[in-house]
Formats: sequence, C-alpha cells, structure tokens
Amino acid sequence: MTSSNDVPVPTQRMEERLYTNRYLVDEGHPHVRLRRRAIDSDELKSLVRLCPAGCYSKVERGRVELSLDGCMECGTCRVVCQATGEIEWSYPRGGFGVAFKFG
Amino acid sequence: MSQHFDAIVVGAGPAGNAAAYVMAKAGLSVLQIERGETAGAKNVQGAILYADALERIIPEFRDEAPLERHVVEQRVWLLDERSHTGMHYRSDAFNEDRPNRYTILRAPFDQWFASKVREAGAVQITDTTVTGLVRDDDNRVIGVETDRDGAPLLADVVVLGEGVNGLVGRRAGLRPELDPAHVALAVKETIFLSEEVVQERFNLEGEDDGVVIELMGDVSAGMVGTGFLYTNRESISLGVGCLLANFQETQIPAYVLLDRLKAHPSVAPLIRDGETREYVAHLIPEGGYDAIPRLAGDGWLVVGDAGQFVNSAHREGSNLAMTTGRLAAETVVALKHEGLACSAAHLARYRQALEQSFVMKDMRKYRRLPGILHNNKHLLTTYPRAISQAMQSFLRVDDVDKRAKERRMLGQFRQARGGWRHIFMDALKMARAWR
Ligand SMILES: Cc1cc2nc3c(=O)[nH]c(=O)nc-3n(C[C@H](O)[C@H](O)[C@H](O)COP(=O)(O)OP(=O)(O)OC[C@H]3O[C@@H](n4cnc5c(N)ncnc54)[C@H](O)[C@@H]3O)c2cc1C
Ligand code: SF4
Repeated sequence: MTSSNDVPVPTQRMEERLYTNRYLVDEGHPHVRLRRRAIDSDELKSLVRLCPAGCYSKVERGRVELSLDGCMECGTCRVVCQATGEIEWSYPRGGFGVAFKFG
Repeated sequence: MSQHFDAIVVGAGPAGNAAAYVMAKAGLSVLQIERGETAGAKNVQGAILYADALERIIPEFRDEAPLERHVVEQRVWLLDERSHTGMHYRSDAFNEDRPNRYTILRAPFDQWFASKVREAGAVQITDTTVTGLVRDDDNRVIGVETDRDGAPLLADVVVLGEGVNGLVGRRAGLRPELDPAHVALAVKETIFLSEEVVQERFNLEGEDDGVVIELMGDVSAGMVGTGFLYTNRESISLGVGCLLANFQETQIPAYVLLDRLKAHPSVAPLIRDGETREYVAHLIPEGGYDAIPRLAGDGWLVVGDAGQFVNSAHREGSNLAMTTGRLAAETVVALKHEGLACSAAHLARYRQALEQSFVMKDMRKYRRLPGILHNNKHLLTTYPRAISQAMQSFLRVDDVDKRAKERRMLGQFRQARGGWRHIFMDALKMARAWR
C-alpha cells in the first residue's frame, strides 16, 4: 500500500478493466472533441490521470490525445475543462455509447 | 402519436421514473424520453434502495421489483493502511415483512421501474437524447428538441430528471456549471461470486439477507471521500468516490484507489476469487443545500441529481430523486385539476412541497458539511490512523502496564492532531455540521 504522497500506479491495464463493459460505438460521431490551444492546459493534462476510462493519453511532444474507447460518459473531463474551453462535450446520439449491464 | 402532451419527462432514472409514473397514473398524458438503449443503461448506484420513497409511489413494489438482498446488517469501517476499526449492527428486527433497505443493481431496477411507467400509460421513447428546450416568444418552455428527425415535442411542462451532468438545463442557462469541489467522481466494480459464497463470507442465513459496509479513512487516500461494499444476491458491489477537486490536487487515478481497496487486507478476503463483470464510473452531486439551483420556472421543473438532491452524510440520493420526482408530479397534477397553467408562480408550489418534506429539512441540516470536510481533510485520515494505533496498543498484551498504555494512547491522539485544542475544535466543527 502506498502513502497518499506519491502517486501509486495501477495494477491492471485499462483494456482489461474495461473488457467486460458493453458499448455501441457511433462510428464517425465522437461525442467528445478536443478544441486544441497552442499549449495544453494543466487541466487537460490532468485528465490523463483523472479520466476513469483512460481516454486521455500523452503522446509525442507531450500533447494530450483523446480516444473515446471505453468512455463511460461520466462527465469528469467536461467539468475539469469547463473553464479552459478545450473540450466540447455532449452525450452520444440516443442509444449509442456505454450500456451498463448492472450499473 | 399526438404531438402535445400534458408533460414531458427527460430521463428514466429514479427521479424521472417517479415523476412520469405519478403523472401518468393520475391520468395525464406523459411522454418520457431516455437517451440509453434501455432505462438504466447509463446509470450507476452503490446501490442501496430505501423502500419508503418507492413504497409511497408503488406500494406493491416488493412483489415485482428486481431486488437483490434486504439489509440485515450495517457495518461502518474506519480503515488505515492495514486495519479496520468497525461498528457492526445486525438485528433480526430487519427481517420484517416490509424491509426498509435493499441492495439493488440499477440497470435491471431502472428497467423495471420504467416498465411500470409504461403500464401506467405514459409514452416512453428510449435511444433518444434530448438536445434542447423549446421556448415560446415569452420565453416560456413549451417542449423539447431531440436528436431524432421530426418536429419538436411539445407539452405544458417539462420535468428535467436528467441526472448530475444535466446538459439540457445547463445549456439553457437554468443552472450554473458543476464546481469540482461540489461533485464527486465514483468508480465501482460488480464482482461475481456464488450465492453460497456470499452468504458464507458475510454470515448470512439466506439468499435474501444482505450486509452493507460503508468505508472511511484510508480508502480515500487523504481526499474527501468514502467507499462502500454491498452484498448482492450473487455479487458484491465495491466502490470508492472522492471530490473531483481532490482528485485534481492529488492526481491519483480513481481506479488506483479502487485497486488499493481491493487489495486491502480487510477487503481482499471478502472478494477473493470473484469475477469482475463490470467497471463503471459516475459523478455524484455533493454540493449540498447551497448548491441547489433554481428548481422551477415557466414550463419547467428540476428533479433528482440535476437539482443536487444528494445527502452525502447519509448516502441518500435515489430516495431523494424519487421523492422530488413524486412531489414535482403531484404539483403538476394538482395544477391540472385546478385548471391552472404551469407558470413559474404556480410551479413554485413544488419548492414549498419540498420545504415541508424531509428532503429540504435534511438538505438544510447538513448544509455546512461539504465545506467543513473539504477544508478539514485530516478528519478523514488522522483520526482513523490514531484510532488504529490506539486499538493496537490496547489489544496487544505485553509488559507495559495499563495506565502507561492509556497515557500513551491519549498522547498519540494529541500528537496526531497537534494538541487537544485542535481535537476540541474538530469535535466542535463536526457537532455543528451535524446539528
Ligand atoms: C457510485 C454511486 C453510489 C451511489 N449509492 C447510492 C446509494 O447506495 N443509495 C442511494 O439512494 N443513492 C446512491 N447514489 C446516488 C443515486 O445514484 C442518485 O442520486 C440517483 O441515481 C439520481 O437519480 P436521477 O434520476 O436524478 O438521475 P440518474 O439516475 O442519473 O438518471 C438520469 C437519467 O436521465 C437520462 N438522461 C440524461 N440526459 C438526457 C437527455 N438529454 N436526454 C434523454 N435522457 C437523458 C440518463 O440516461 C439517465 O437515465 C449513488 C451514486 C453513485 C454514483
Ligand atoms: S466522460 Fe468520463 S470516461 Fe468519458 S472521456 Fe470524459 S472523463 Fe473519460
């Protein structure tokens, strides 16, 4: 067990964690989009750790990338980046997106 | 389908379902719109169902609803890294004809509740997202737009049971954005075991009895948050949630907290060999009374999480959702019968009904709690650790005399908080928040 000071690392890969979830992907209609600025804000960068589905990752030259695979439509990224305007967030079209079996 | 309804309800969670059911049952023409492929497909809860709120809407629900187990034992555990100090309360009195609390799984439960809404006569469409409100020239809300082709859908009143994100109301400017300090992010796994194993591990007599555990202390790694472990018929719901503002500060991923919890020595044996069949995440409104937005206007009402109706001190949400949904519906039904318009002035009766019910009384009672916890995070870490230390020295039998032990325990408490004055102040603050 780690103390609260250093940030612990996950014990499982995100794909495995999300493996049993059900989705209906709306090809070509992403419900969350990035509106990039010259430099990514700290808020946007923080989503790499905050998004519970690991949809945000840091790729080349430290820029944040978004891949909506596994998105659970929680709204965390929407709330965190509301002030920076870097995220355009809406619900998927009716019937698409995550479909919880148990909730 | 007639294009004009007495009421349109956005959402088929407990708030929307309660509102739609009560209005349809009273003979109003109701259209309910849900974005999921079924009701419940987007919804998350622990989940404890409080019977009273539902019983007031559907008295015979126990015969039909998909319930998991009724709660015969409540545990509250204070965790530190390796221990838990616990309070257990089990009573045979909970084995009554009409139990007060049940565990449920929200997806099947919401589907059942939504089926009751259809039975009551409401028109229900799923797979459809409401994208905006329609207003007339006087700025009154007269209907909604959806992501389906076709003309706007019109009604005398729109009941917004759209949950915590509440995009429709937010975009229409009916309420401000969520503050990260006023909303928690929770993650949860549903871990399957056999019915017998659940019963064995929790000392349960039968397939209907259940145990629920609320977890505090180290579970939130110093953030304002709590965890839970609830027994379902053949699964365990295990989850943890903390304020989003705290996640931003610590940068700890929520699923890492959940992993830590699963590995905790007090929790691991309870879920051993279980199979996780779902991992979910959801926000919880935690701003309390002061974060409650405007609840009614010309042609619209807000119910449930969209109106911040969660009592985090008592982990109540779904019951407040159902009760606000019912009271909103009863307001609309009364106006119909009296031949009155659904204007802001008339719909203000909804707020009055809430004030007279337990809903606003409880929300007001804990008004100070969110702020106090947010500004005093040590309450959630220092004390559990100090209590664990005290239990250790108390229980270990060695050659230290008992008086010396007591002195040491008190000393540890004082040290943990940097003096008695601080401990006294903490107690005072908590007492005030609870008053
Ligand atoms: C992890 C967790 C544990 C919890 N534990 C408990 C507990 O043990 N006991 C308890 O009482 N409460 C608990 N709660 C709180 C409880 O789940 C909520 O208070 C309750 O679900 C609120 O109900 P609601 O109907 O207002 O919102 P929701 O249940 O969120 O329902 C909103 C509905 O509206 C739909 N919707 C939203 N926008 C649109 C749109 N634009 N168009 C069409 N449809 C839309 C959604 O798909 C959804 O079906 C918990 C919450 C969480 C996250
Ligand atoms: S909505 Fe939630 S799960 Fe989806 S990308 Fe945003 S933070 Fe991640």
